[in-house]
Amino acid sequence: MARINTSRSRLRSFTARRPKRGALVIAAALSMSAFTAEIAAAPMQNPKGGHSIADTGFTWPTVEQTVRVLTLRDYNTRIVVMGVTCLGLASGTVGTFLLLRKRSLTADALSHAALPGIGLAFITLVLLGQDGKHLPGLLAGAFIAGCLGVGCILIIRHTTRLKDDAALGIVLSVSFGLGVVLLTIIQQMPVGGQAGLQRFVIGRAASMGARDAWVILICAAAVIVVCAALFKELQLLCFDQGYAGAQGWPVIRLDVILMALVTMVTVIALQSVGLVLAVAMLIIPAAAARFWTDQLMRMTLTAALIGMVSGYLGAVISALQPRMPTGPVIVLVCAAGFGVSMVAGIRRGMVVRVWRHWQLNNRVAMQHLLRAMFEQYESGTTPDRAFDGARMIQPRRIKVQFDKLLPKRSWTAAELRGIAATAVRRGLIHRNDDNSLSLTDAGGAQARRVVRNHRLWETYLIHYADIAPSHVDRDADQIEHVLGRDMVDRLERLLSEQLPPRTVPPSPHGA
Amino acid sequence: MNWLISDTWTIVIGSLCAVACALPGALLVLRRMSMMGDAISHTVLPGLAIAFLLTHSRAPLAMFIGAAVIGVATAFFIQGVQKLGKTESGASMGIVFTTLFAVGLVLMRQAVDHVDIDPDCVLYGAIETAGTTWQYITLLGVTAPRAVFVNGGAMVVNLVLIALLYKEFKISAFDPALATTLGISATLMHYLLMTMTAATAVAAFESVGSILVIAMFIVPPATAYLLTDRLAVMMVLSAVFGVLAAVFGHVAAIIVPPWFGFEGTSTAGMMAVVAGLLFALVWLASPRYGVLARMYHRLVMSMHVLCEDVMGLLYRLEELTDTQPATMPVADMTQALVARAWLVRRALGSLGRQRMIRRGDLGYVLTDAGRDQARQLVRSHRLWESYLAHYLRLPADHLHDPANRLEHAHELADKVDVALGRPETDPQGKTIPSRDNQ
Repeated sequence: MARINTSRSRLRSFTARRPKRGALVIAAALSMSAFTAEIAAAPMQNPKGGHSIADTGFTWPTVEQTVRVLTLRDYNTRIVVMGVTCLGLASGTVGTFLLLRKRSLTADALSHAALPGIGLAFITLVLLGQDGKHLPGLLAGAFIAGCLGVGCILIIRHTTRLKDDAALGIVLSVSFGLGVVLLTIIQQMPVGGQAGLQRFVIGRAASMGARDAWVILICAAAVIVVCAALFKELQLLCFDQGYAGAQGWPVIRLDVILMALVTMVTVIALQSVGLVLAVAMLIIPAAAARFWTDQLMRMTLTAALIGMVSGYLGAVISALQPRMPTGPVIVLVCAAGFGVSMVAGIRRGMVVRVWRHWQLNNRVAMQHLLRAMFEQYESGTTPDRAFDGARMIQPRRIKVQFDKLLPKRSWTAAELRGIAATAVRRGLIHRNDDNSLSLTDAGGAQARRVVRNHRLWETYLIHYADIAPSHVDRDADQIEHVLGRDMVDRLERLLSEQLPPRTVPPSPHGA
Repeated sequence: MNWLISDTWTIVIGSLCAVACALPGALLVLRRMSMMGDAISHTVLPGLAIAFLLTHSRAPLAMFIGAAVIGVATAFFIQGVQKLGKTESGASMGIVFTTLFAVGLVLMRQAVDHVDIDPDCVLYGAIETAGTTWQYITLLGVTAPRAVFVNGGAMVVNLVLIALLYKEFKISAFDPALATTLGISATLMHYLLMTMTAATAVAAFESVGSILVIAMFIVPPATAYLLTDRLAVMMVLSAVFGVLAAVFGHVAAIIVPPWFGFEGTSTAGMMAVVAGLLFALVWLASPRYGVLARMYHRLVMSMHVLCEDVMGLLYRLEELTDTQPATMPVADMTQALVARAWLVRRALGSLGRQRMIRRGDLGYVLTDAGRDQARQLVRSHRLWESYLAHYLRLPADHLHDPANRLEHAHELADKVDVALGRPETDPQGKTIPSRDNQ
């Protein structure tokens, strides 16, 4: 029940700030049309980019070369950069949903499953007397094979006792084997163009032509438009499939649409980055974006941006360095983005989480110190009776020796001194001349609140959860630091019979 | 087709490789870590490239160690991304192995002038050429292709490790928490398995290629898993299926393409395909978990239920019309039971053979034996209705359907009878027949 509640509230926080769907479609269409114009305007001459293939040594490119590549002066560079940038945009968008559906590796199986589809499409095209290199034909074959692969995964998962991982592994390896068998046979066919099929395995973005870029662009545009149009539905599918089903959404149909989009992106990624790395284009930008935000729309946009930038940078770097293959470089740029996000992401990055953890630890330690001081005051071992249990009169007059505090909890002397120093800095505790400690007025008030929370919770556990008094201290310890205002109020109302109001109740463990 | 000595060697190498992979593969499939095998086998490529760049040599041992170390490091990295980044396990696998693979491709391009590591060879393997004479080496007085020693060595090491640590592997595969309480470090066993996987993948990549290794790791154990519930049996069966895939894979690679006028095709690819076909076969025909077996069981079950329903129907008709025996035409029966006509005919045939019913003038009537059986069924039905009404407080109009499903559990009817204090009538006021005919 608790799980359902949290996922529902997460969903609510996601849906609350959703931009208008229409605006999104228009924006997507605009960005696409800008690219279209670029490619269309590209002159058909100048077939060769800046570098020759024979140049193998690593040299720094000159400034002129760099500027030339960065501003996309060369036709070839322009084609490749446009193609992979579109690809990054589409894959980041779809990858977000794939990641949140926890289906990341399905894309891996799917890209391998596409290989026999490409082989069969080539054979079919040749048998029909067509050109075997006809890209839309090959991609159609890959798409159909990918869909069949997903179907096989589902069948294995639902009709056997094998789990997801084995289903993926079986489909992936067997269909790749079939693909290799077909490609080997195609090599022996008495037609040309077979060598081009190898590029689908490792990926050869540098050989991309204008027609290839067009195909990528149209597919990417279609994918983004569908994602934008079905944003709300896909969101619901990702976060609470059961709820979506109960609300009457066609869950299975949506799932099929999502997998079809994934297949489409995988297929167009094949010739740029190859089938092994196609999955990287889908997962890595989305996983990186997850560190930056908790909101789906922002996450989708971030992932699309990371994918786009990686595509652009990867293509540019490999244009400047002829020995850097485009596909792997794009993936490495993506991975670098992931590394940076994992460390520095402002929502779930490591730095932020370590910082939050450290802060919480500090707060808890401070409350432990205050409670230890308060209990020391209570225990009556102090010479002065300025403490009457309910109220605190001039807390400064009572002194607590450092070595009395030490055995109260499992802290080392160094830790305790550190916490005490922080407390002194914050004005909660006063250090006396003889090195003993006293609560200040502010510290006394805070200590009362802390002890009160602790005992309220202890009493609650004893009366309502039937936990033995000797066991409640540890349990209460874990929750007392996070008791909110309204929770304390409810506890007070609940326990009003057991406890007098507005005071620090006595410890249920007795004096 | 002319069979050469190299063909025999190819089959030997493939079989050794299949057995070596099947042993850790069975554990991977059981621990639901098949894709870990996939990830690790992909990182053979960067491992080789890094080992070459560090040592500037193609010494086999350096390459082997480099690739195996990177393989184990992959497992570490995946764990790291998963823990430090709180990324889902599948995604962290995808991130780590693709990144390392990309590193491998880039390094390979950098080293392309100095070394003849061919990415295609790493991906697809070259098992066909592994058996040719120039690959022969002599070790311990035996002259055989190098790949025989490499894969054979991997197989022997895996066999010894699993034989020695069988119990530990078994416990940590099925119940890591129990393993830990028994003093077996589940983490240690995890990384031991990862090391075995990585070393086996490296040993096998030359023969079947780094992607097709995954077919050897997963498909035969998955096939075996559909046949047995015992780990030892599963491992043996996996090895058998692996060897079958290797033998028939090579034979198919030589025989099938000539049918279409081609010379032959990739043996490694064909091995994966044959392994897949074996899986499909077992998936269909496995006696316990196979699709056909389950369909058959379901059919038998529904036939049994239908037979009982026919008898119940005739018994109620006798009650209603107060005639013994009462006749019912087949068409009416089909309509009343809402079942397919051919199924009803089969049920009637089966009941007739058991002499529970016989053909009357216009349809079928119960025999005396049939009436006894039918009485038990109707008794069970009415007792269950009473039980549901009494203990589950179901309303009277909701009793019939659940009772219809429960009535076939005759064995429980007596217990229900006792639990209800031997009632005479059911909630609708109908008489509950006694167990024996008075």
